[in-house]
Amino acid sequence: MHEFGITENIVNIALDKASEAQACKITQINLVMGELSGFVQDCIRFYFDSLSKDTIAQEAVLHFESVPAQLRCRNCSTIFQPQDALWSCPECQGQSVEILKGRELYIESMEVE
Amino acid sequence: MKKVEVIRNILEANETIANRNQQLLDEQKVFALNIMSAPGAGKTSLILKTMAGLKSRLNIAVIEGDVASTVDAEKVQSEATAVVQINTRNMPESCSLIAAMIEQALKDLPLDDIDLLLIENVGNLICPSEFNLGEHKRIVISSLPEGDDKPAKYPLIFIDADAVIINKMDLLPHVDFDIANFRRSIQGLNPKAKVFELSCKTGEGIEMWCSWISEQVEANAIKQ
Repeated sequence: MHEFGITENIVNIALDKASEAQACKITQINLVMGELSGFVQDCIRFYFDSLSKDTIAQEAVLHFESVPAQLRCRNCSTIFQPQDALWSCPECQGQSVEILKGRELYIESMEVE
Repeated sequence: MKKVEVIRNILEANETIANRNQQLLDEQKVFALNIMSAPGAGKTSLILKTMAGLKSRLNIAVIEGDVASTVDAEKVQSEATAVVQINTRNMPESCSLIAAMIEQALKDLPLDDIDLLLIENVGNLICPSEFNLGEHKRIVISSLPEGDDKPAKYPLIFIDADAVIINKMDLLPHVDFDIANFRRSIQGLNPKAKVFELSCKTGEGIEMWCSWISEQVEANAIKQ
């Protein structure tokens, strides 16, 4: 639903960086996306096709690295990946947790010619 | 072919504008709340009750975000110092307000005369959690008919909330909403969040909520 604006940002950042690097073509954009971020990869790909048209990014491949959610229990400090929607700690069954990983959303690197 | 390191947050454009918004609000001594909830949880009703409770002490403006229509803006018109309606239907994000929309709306508000700005986000528990608007505090409303499992289903919006409101408390005898369970979930995700139980219909709990806002507005004014 809200991927249009995000994809616009991706294209803008990529074109900026490519022009800094004096590249004439962007072949791949490597994105890092946390499992908990509410963005849908297929939607980003869909918008990317039209937003990158007639730019040096138009043939770029979008590569997503998905970062699994990682939580830390506030009671016993166990670090774990949630197995259920309740996010309960596998050690002490506590449900007070903080998110360590899983909300990432950034462009890590790109390949240019 | 060569590899170029980028490491740039994809949401940075929104963050930059959000910071600018907050700076402008601080300069003008306006305290802003971003009010988020599912559709029908009572954002507009809470805004109306908040204005009724605080308008003798504070000048209040409202920004109404909706996919379409001006229904909500019309409802709050008579009580507010100023109202701006944002319709997101034809904008790049239709499911949430974003910082750029607020930046535009702030231009239409007499910020000099305003102490408190209530921003009603688009009814949605997913998308608004990703976009800072430049607000000082984030408020999330859950209402009893929605069920007490919403923090488990939509954790992000609750994790970032400064205050969580349980609305429609008058319906407690009629619905299976376990207040203790809901509070436990909030405590687990976000121990710092302040939780209010209230009913916009009966007015129960509204006074406590309004006092909290007054304290926040004062604390923010001292900070400036």
